[in-house]
Amino acid sequence: MQNRGMTLKSISRRAVLSMGGAALAMPMLSRRAFAAPTEMTMLAWYGHAEPDMVAEFEAENNVKFVPKYYTGGDNMLGLISQSPPGTFDVILSDAEYVQQLNAAGYIEEMDAADYAFDEFFPEFQQFPGHWQDGKLFSVITRFGFLGVAYNTEALTEAEAKSYNVFWNEKLTGKVGHFDWHLPNLGQMSLLAGNASPYDIDEAAWAAVQEKTLSLRPQIGGFFDYGGTFSSLNDGQMLAFAGIGDWITGTLEKNGAKVRSVIPEEGGLQWTESFSIGKGSTKADLAKKWIQYVTSAKGQAKSANMAAYPALIPNQKGWEVLNAENPDEAKRQNMLIGQPNVMDMIRSGQIKYRQLPIQQDLEAWNDFWSEYKGA
Amino acid sequence: MRRHVSLYGLTFSLPLLIWQLLFFVFPLAFLVALSFWTVKNFAMRPDFDTINWVTMFSRKVFWQAYGTTFALAAAAATLTSVLAFPCSYAIAFKLSDTARRWLVFLMVIPFFTSYLVRVYSWQIFLSDAGIINVMLGQIGLGPYSMLNSIGATMIGYLTLSFPLVVLLQLFSLVFIDRTLIEAAHNMRCGRLRTVFAVVIPSGRVGLVIAALFCFILSFGDFVSPIYLGGGDPTTLSILITDTTKSGQQWPRAAVIALTMIATLMVVAFAAVKFAYKGRTK
Repeated sequence: MQNRGMTLKSISRRAVLSMGGAALAMPMLSRRAFAAPTEMTMLAWYGHAEPDMVAEFEAENNVKFVPKYYTGGDNMLGLISQSPPGTFDVILSDAEYVQQLNAAGYIEEMDAADYAFDEFFPEFQQFPGHWQDGKLFSVITRFGFLGVAYNTEALTEAEAKSYNVFWNEKLTGKVGHFDWHLPNLGQMSLLAGNASPYDIDEAAWAAVQEKTLSLRPQIGGFFDYGGTFSSLNDGQMLAFAGIGDWITGTLEKNGAKVRSVIPEEGGLQWTESFSIGKGSTKADLAKKWIQYVTSAKGQAKSANMAAYPALIPNQKGWEVLNAENPDEAKRQNMLIGQPNVMDMIRSGQIKYRQLPIQQDLEAWNDFWSEYKGA
Repeated sequence: MRRHVSLYGLTFSLPLLIWQLLFFVFPLAFLVALSFWTVKNFAMRPDFDTINWVTMFSRKVFWQAYGTTFALAAAAATLTSVLAFPCSYAIAFKLSDTARRWLVFLMVIPFFTSYLVRVYSWQIFLSDAGIINVMLGQIGLGPYSMLNSIGATMIGYLTLSFPLVVLLQLFSLVFIDRTLIEAAHNMRCGRLRTVFAVVIPSGRVGLVIAALFCFILSFGDFVSPIYLGGGDPTTLSILITDTTKSGQQWPRAAVIALTMIATLMVVAFAAVKFAYKGRTK
C-alpha cells in the first residue's frame, strides 16, 4: 500500500510538473504559430479606433489599435503632457491644437510626399496650422461645419437659417449650448457681423459679449457630448448652438427629428488631422495608417464613421463615397458636379474655428464661465 | 510615563498611517503645490505664484458658484434628513427584526448599480416627453418642465445619499435606550412629543453625521448638477471641469478643489462639535 501510495504520489507530481510545463510553453508555441498583432496606440476623439474604422487596416497589417479617447483639445494636451514621449503612435487633433502640439514638441515632422495631397481639394493641400516653415506636421483627414442645430418638428429650415432664431420666444428655455466657449462665441461673433470671427478687436469683443449675455434667459442648459445627444434626441432642447452635423447627423441617421443648417450669417469649420507622436517606435506603421485613412477608400469610411459623420478633403474619396453610399453623399452634400459643400467654403460662408487672436484664450474662457453663471 | 512602541501596536496602526499618507496627505500636498504653479501655452510649470488664488478669489463667478453649491448641499442635507427620518424611525421602532434586516438589505441594493446610470434613468422619467409627463398627460395635466432644473438636481442628490442617510440614522436610532421612551410615555408624553423630546435628542449624533455625509456627497457631486440640472446654475464641480477644459488651468482648478476641501473640513468639525455638544465622557 505504501509503495502504491508512493507511486501515485510521484506520478501525480510528475504529471503536474509536465502539465504545468506544457501550460507554460503554450503561449510560446502559439506565439510562434500566429504572430501576435502589433499594438498601436491612438489618441483621438471617440470613434476613430472603433471596428468600423480600423478593422480592415488591422487585419491587413496585423495591427491592433489601443485607443485613448479624449473630449476636447485641452483634454488631449493634458493627456499627452502627462505621458512619457512615445506613448502615442498616432494623434488625432483639431486644427487649432496642432500648433500647440508642434510648439510643445509632441509630434514628428512628416514627409508630404508620403501622402496623397494631389487628390485633395486645393483648399486642403496646405492647411493653415498643419504646416510650419514649409514643414508638414499633420495631415487633414476630415472636417465639418457648425451652424444652427434644430428640432425639425419645432422649427422650419427657414427659421433656423439665422442665429437670431436662438432668441425666438417659442424657444425660451429650450436652447442648449454645447459646453465649449470656442464654437459658441465664434457663432455669436459671426452674428455680430465679424468677417473673421476669431480675429476681433476689443470693441468687437465687448459687443460679442453683450450680444451673448442677452441670450442667457433663453438657455435651457450647458451640455457635454453625451448630454447634447440625449437632450436633442428626446426633444428636451429644440435648438442648439455650437454644434453641427457631427452631432445631428448621427441622430438623424437613427431617426431623430433633428438637423443642422448653416445660417446666412455664416458657419464655422472644424478640422481633424492625424500626426505621428514624437518618439513613436512604430512611426512606419503610423505613417501607413495615415496613408490608409487619407486614401480614397479610408476617406469614404471616415465620411460615414459610426460615431459621428464628417466631410472629407480627398476628391477621390468623394468618388468612392458617391459610388458606394450615394445617400450619405447626398445627405452631407458631397455631390460631384453639383452645388456642394465646397461651394460654401469657396463663397466665404464658412470660417475656420480657431483660437482667439487678439484676446487671450483665458479671456474667452473666463467670459464663458461668467456667462454660464449669469 | 513613556509609552513603548510595540510591534503589536504597529501592526495595527501602520497600515492606516500608510494609507492616510499615500491617499490623503501626499495628494493633498501635491494639490497645494499645484495651486501655485503657472500655465503658459497649455503647459504647466512648477512655480510659486499666488496668481491662481488671487484670480479665482477675485472672480464673481467663483463666489456665485460657491454660494450656489453650499446652498444646494445644505438644502439636500436638510431635505434628505427630513425625508429619511420617518423611514429610519419606522424601521427602527415599528418593524420586527426580520423585516428590519430585509429593509437594511434593500437600502444597500442601490449601491450595486452605478450612480451615473441611476441619474441617467431619471432623465427618462423627468424629460418633457418622459414617463411622468406622459402619465400626467393621461389625466389631462402638463407637460411640466422638470428636467434641467434645481428640483431635478435635488432628486439626483436624494438618489445619491438617501439610502446612506437612512442607514446612518437607523444605526443611531436602534441603539436608543428603549426605557427612555417608555419613561416618556409613563410620564404622559405623547407620541409626537416623544419623538422630538426623546428620540431626536438621543439619536442626535447619528442624525447629524447622516446629514453631514449628505452635505459632503452633494457638495462635491458633479453628475446630478450636470445631467439633471443641465449644468445651470454652475456649481463648484462644474467650475472645476470648466477651468481644466480650457487652457489646461489645472492650478486654478486646484484652488477651487482646496477651497472645497477647506469648506468641508470646517462644516465637518462644526457638525461633529454640534453632534457631541453637552455630552459627558
